[in-house]
Amino acid sequence: MRQPPTIQMLPDGRRVHLHDGPIDLIVEAFGDPAEIREAYRAAANRFGSILDELCVELPLLRSRASRGNSGPDGPVARRMYAAVLPFASRVFITPMAAVAGAVAEEILEAMTHAANLSRAYVNDGGDIAIHLSRSEHFSVGMVNNPEASRRPESPCLFGSANINFEDSTRGIATSGWRGRSFSLGIADAVTVLAPRAAMADAAATVIANAVNLPGHPGIIRIPARDLAPDNDLGQIPVTRVVPPLRPAEIADALARGVQVARGLLGEGLVCAAALHLQGATRVVDRPSRLAIAPRAESPANHRGLAHA
Amino acid sequence: MADDAIRCDACPVLCYIKPGRTGSCDRYGNRRGQLVRLDAHVVLDRALQHGEPLVPFLDRSRDWDGQLISGAETFVTAIGAGTTYPDYKPAPFIISSEVAGVDMVTVVTEGIFSYCGVKVKIDTDRHLGAEEHIVRAQGEPVGHVTTSEYGSQMLSLGGVRHLTGGTKSEGAVTCETLLNLCNGKAVELSVDDGATVIVQAGKSPIVNGAQEERMRVGCGSATIGMFAKQWFGKIDEVVVVDDHITGVLSQHQAGKLLGVRETGIKIKGRRSTPGRYFQVAEPGTSWGGTNIDNPLAIVSGFNPKFAWKGLRLLMVSTTGEQHAYFELDENLKPVEQNLPPSLTESVSRIKENCEPALSTVLFMGGAGGSLRAGVTENPVKLTRSVREAFTRVTCGGAPVYVWPGGGITIMVDVTRMPENAFGYVPTPALVAPIEFTLPLKDYSALGGYMDHVRPLDSILRDENRQRISARAENPWPLSTARISEPPK
Repeated sequence: MRQPPTIQMLPDGRRVHLHDGPIDLIVEAFGDPAEIREAYRAAANRFGSILDELCVELPLLRSRASRGNSGPDGPVARRMYAAVLPFASRVFITPMAAVAGAVAEEILEAMTHAANLSRAYVNDGGDIAIHLSRSEHFSVGMVNNPEASRRPESPCLFGSANINFEDSTRGIATSGWRGRSFSLGIADAVTVLAPRAAMADAAATVIANAVNLPGHPGIIRIPARDLAPDNDLGQIPVTRVVPPLRPAEIADALARGVQVARGLLGEGLVCAAALHLQGATRVVDRPSRLAIAPRAESPANHRGLAHA
Repeated sequence: MADDAIRCDACPVLCYIKPGRTGSCDRYGNRRGQLVRLDAHVVLDRALQHGEPLVPFLDRSRDWDGQLISGAETFVTAIGAGTTYPDYKPAPFIISSEVAGVDMVTVVTEGIFSYCGVKVKIDTDRHLGAEEHIVRAQGEPVGHVTTSEYGSQMLSLGGVRHLTGGTKSEGAVTCETLLNLCNGKAVELSVDDGATVIVQAGKSPIVNGAQEERMRVGCGSATIGMFAKQWFGKIDEVVVVDDHITGVLSQHQAGKLLGVRETGIKIKGRRSTPGRYFQVAEPGTSWGGTNIDNPLAIVSGFNPKFAWKGLRLLMVSTTGEQHAYFELDENLKPVEQNLPPSLTESVSRIKENCEPALSTVLFMGGAGGSLRAGVTENPVKLTRSVREAFTRVTCGGAPVYVWPGGGITIMVDVTRMPENAFGYVPTPALVAPIEFTLPLKDYSALGGYMDHVRPLDSILRDENRQRISARAENPWPLSTARISEPPK
């Protein structure tokens, strides 16, 4: 039975939770109270049909993207397609790699068109679209494991990022094999800052896939179809178990990811990236700007991915 | 497609889910071939009720703060706990905690209720449909109209005959209707030969598209009794129109005692006692739950022996929402006039004294069957322990009413339970949380699974838990369970 979308204010009275099927958004706007109300109304209005729009084109969105295709029709689907296209000639990628970021962008845009906000974010399960007006900024904490509560003993905050109005970053995304989506790589988490959330989402997927040790006997991989029959990755093996690795192995795997991330940075597809694997963190950033500050030891009581 | 995978229809993604796996939302999963909801296991946190924000359930993965909560301040609910199958296996969680120096045990399980139903109380005088008439959702029969009670219309929905005794579609729609009502969502119901009403627990009902604002202050006779003194001297006659009991001031005991003069008014319907009339019209959705829009339709005339020219008559409904003022002309015919200012207050006073109209939903299920076997190897002892109030039963930490008599038949106000506490299985049946709390020594005495008792902090430490704050209006589930003498 189709469960209708739910839209509700969180008990803090500030943030809105929008949920429909696999989509969960936490939305917060800052500014004049009347503008915030208007923005939330616009977000709620736009949200109602998003999942249905996507599902109409699901088969296409689950197939490999390539420049030859005409691409999908829906506005969110087009964002997804545009975000993965730069990678389409190099790796196997489907528009689904950017779905979370694209949904976040779409809702954020509905809000910023409807209202005048000083700041706003739409957090789609860790893939975040942000809006900043002049002289505003966001601080973002990075956790290595989206399912941190299943492993509370492991450190989770591995870095933080400051995003200012002047920066080109308006999207943040995290990918890793422990997350909700399958990964081909072994990174615990790759967090990417990019000009748009859908771009960040796609790039995080690609970089996380690249953090890898091909042929390592201890890493267990299972064809995606065997886990989820309709997954877009089909027969491609996805990472299920990563054993404790030796420091040299960790460095090797991270170096592969760093190489890919540097390339994307050079092309302007990402603004910065932080790669995390078994306690080690590598940051790929512009030399002059330290957008991401890595953190050696992480407190266990970290709360929230995006906050004021 | 994979033979053992099932199709989830909770959203249009329509995931194929393999056994032991979840769909793309992580909320629904395939548990032994059945689609079940797998939300985080909910833990009530008493400390959080003092103004601290709830832990938003979405952020559950990021909001763990590593803190261990000491015993009695935390109560493990059955929401998301799952269940065990077959029934004789111990319940998924049997939690010990210390309360005021006494070791307590809470047995936590999600029950699968294929006989369950809801009782819906709709605060309106409007006629929703005749008793016994079928209530439908999406065209399928899901229940029936039962006796109206004190200004509210009562519906009985669900139950085994609709869930499993009808067509497959009837069962599925019934299950969906119950699930939505129990989880506080709005549901549109239509009564055969009656009204269409949108019902949502804790919200005002919408009858035939009109939002009900107030429930009546009382029946027509009661309204006369309540306001007679305020009308006395300002008006000659008042008729409170009500489908159940229409009241007439001059004939009513309240008017008699005040010395209100006889007016000779003649009311249609069946006179019960002086000033109280039954069946003045047909039931409907207009004045006082009748089908009349013109109140004079219930007045057959005035006896010229008593009536007089200029006699002032107020007719008003039991909610004060409808009212009309008349004066008799020389032929003793009522002529409508504007309501004199001296009477507007008494009409608005009726409105003021009406409570907001709500729909309320009580979940009703039986825990006296096989579910007990997950609590104790000797199930009847659990029933007796509940009867004797040594064992406290809660649903998601909310208090329940245990119906007297055999079995453990419980009723719970769904608005007192945590959000989205209910799930379903496609058999079809509702999944509801249920917890049994009792002193550890009593649990041992009634044949409990002592080797499965685990301390509270082990639960909080090692698995995915959602902490929410306890509701201030609910008694703390661990605080008032009765401590017994050792059973002999």
